[in-house]
Amino acid sequence: MNASNQATVYRPKVKRAIHSTLWYAVMALLSIVFALPFLYILSTSFKTPEQCIVYPPQFIPKPFTLRSFQTAFSEFPFIRYVLNSLLVTSLSVVGTLFSCSLVAFGFARINARGRNFWFTLLLSTMMIPGFVTLLPLYTIYVKLKWINTYLPLVVPAFLAMNSFSIFLLRQFFMGFPVELDEAAAIDGCSCFGVLYRILLPNAKTVMFVVAIFALVNSWNDFFGPMIYLNNNDMYTLAVGLILFKSSHGATLDLGPMMSVSLVSILPVLILYIVAQKYFVQGIVTTGLK
Amino acid sequence: MGEARAKSPRRTAGIIQRRNDINFYICILPWLLGFLGFTIGPMLYSLYGALSKWDGVTAPTFVGMNNFIRLLTFDELFKKSLVNTFKYVILSVPTSVLLALFLAFMLNSKHKGAGIFQVIFYFPSVSAGIAVYIVWIWLFNSELGIFNYLLSILGISGPNWLGDPRWSMPAIVIMNLTFCGSSMLIFLAGLKQIPTQYYEAATIDGASAARQFRSITLPLLSPTILFNGIMAMIGSFQIFGQALILTEGGPIQSTYVMGLFIYDYAFLYGKFGYSCAASWVQFVILMIISLFVMKASGKHVNYVM
Repeated sequence: MNASNQATVYRPKVKRAIHSTLWYAVMALLSIVFALPFLYILSTSFKTPEQCIVYPPQFIPKPFTLRSFQTAFSEFPFIRYVLNSLLVTSLSVVGTLFSCSLVAFGFARINARGRNFWFTLLLSTMMIPGFVTLLPLYTIYVKLKWINTYLPLVVPAFLAMNSFSIFLLRQFFMGFPVELDEAAAIDGCSCFGVLYRILLPNAKTVMFVVAIFALVNSWNDFFGPMIYLNNNDMYTLAVGLILFKSSHGATLDLGPMMSVSLVSILPVLILYIVAQKYFVQGIVTTGLK
Repeated sequence: MGEARAKSPRRTAGIIQRRNDINFYICILPWLLGFLGFTIGPMLYSLYGALSKWDGVTAPTFVGMNNFIRLLTFDELFKKSLVNTFKYVILSVPTSVLLALFLAFMLNSKHKGAGIFQVIFYFPSVSAGIAVYIVWIWLFNSELGIFNYLLSILGISGPNWLGDPRWSMPAIVIMNLTFCGSSMLIFLAGLKQIPTQYYEAATIDGASAARQFRSITLPLLSPTILFNGIMAMIGSFQIFGQALILTEGGPIQSTYVMGLFIYDYAFLYGKFGYSCAASWVQFVILMIISLFVMKASGKHVNYVM
């Protein structure tokens, strides 16, 4: 758009107005397509069974009913699933923040031998498809009796198994003036004192960025829970949804399914609206360097 | 005396270096443990498993290349999953990268409200998961779905998307287009880094918008295009959840991808060794293609700004 903007300066006003209208028309159309799944969830969640199959589809539910939520929540332990998801997600966030900040600090600030070797190795692990390590990990978890516990979902977070977050934090720590570390060291601050007293209090934004990505990834994750949990009571919301789909998927009454989908998307949506610019910051930092 | 004095700074440097080394390894210890226990250890185990007959319960017995030979010569289903995965990669990578580039280009303008559109375009990427995949099943529904309704307004009788083997893969590719938000943001940041003077100078020289795009934007954006392309490729090679939820690999295995093959052979049929072998085939193909793309693009990618 930059290029054509420069050119528009020399164009007559009419042409510019056409250009602008066209821009809004294309963007509005694309927005509708991108938002369609969410509008559909929102609208169907509040419909009666009869309205779900009205053709052509109506956007505004008339009458407006909460019966889908009642059905879904009485037939399925969704409250429990929500609590399970909250537990797994919050542990993952805490683990990621704790471990990744420590590891990133090591890579960014300590001038040790072999540092580049380990960092290259860390970056190259991003290339390894999850399927390669899946079955050995599963077998190890069976041996450790970790199946049907949240340990397989949470322990990796405490062991910094998130190259993206390490990378993000390392970028931030490297951009922070070294003079502060040195001054703190002269004042008798230990290496870890520098991290916890100097760097982290100044890294609130980037820590928040790491936290929201860890939160969303853990909340949306279904693969780990699907494989490592096989007790109904332990399921997270994402796996609960798969279960609900397989038992209710065949009916045409979509209301209950959409109401559960709404519950599972809502926290992410709220977080996204509140913290939109931090999501952007996280993506841009990891993508550019 | 003189010798001792000359030695001591070096010794101090040595002590500092050693202390740094120790602190460094303390810091990266969590990752190091995870790397050994959750990455490299399982990888070696997986390689051994791929060369073994292994049911996941009893210990694996070494059988050499048997699994690979069977996979790559006799197994029609694996061949099908390989072809389907390639089909998905070839369809989804260029389309999603192009759409991301187009959206970034549109957003990089001075029109009011660009920020709101950006928020809308990126949201599907954030929320992608089971709930969103399930909704798409209904959007694609042949009789009640919105897509076919919209098509019918235009006088087109829409296909039975997920029920027709010719349209099931394109349907997943279409859904995937809405998840191009991250690439879009990376492109947008790349576009914003291009100095406006370049365009000003080109405009004075009388270069058209198209020419400016070809001679300024495209070359300066080439590293970003490569990055997004490779990331999209790595992601789409591992496609699993979309196919599992939308079609379960069907109809008539038209969307049966490698991820589903690996999953089924492990957890449905209990053939862990065979499944590991398939995952290594996936890994090796991905590595070869990535290296090839990086090498081949070397000449066309411009890292100087």
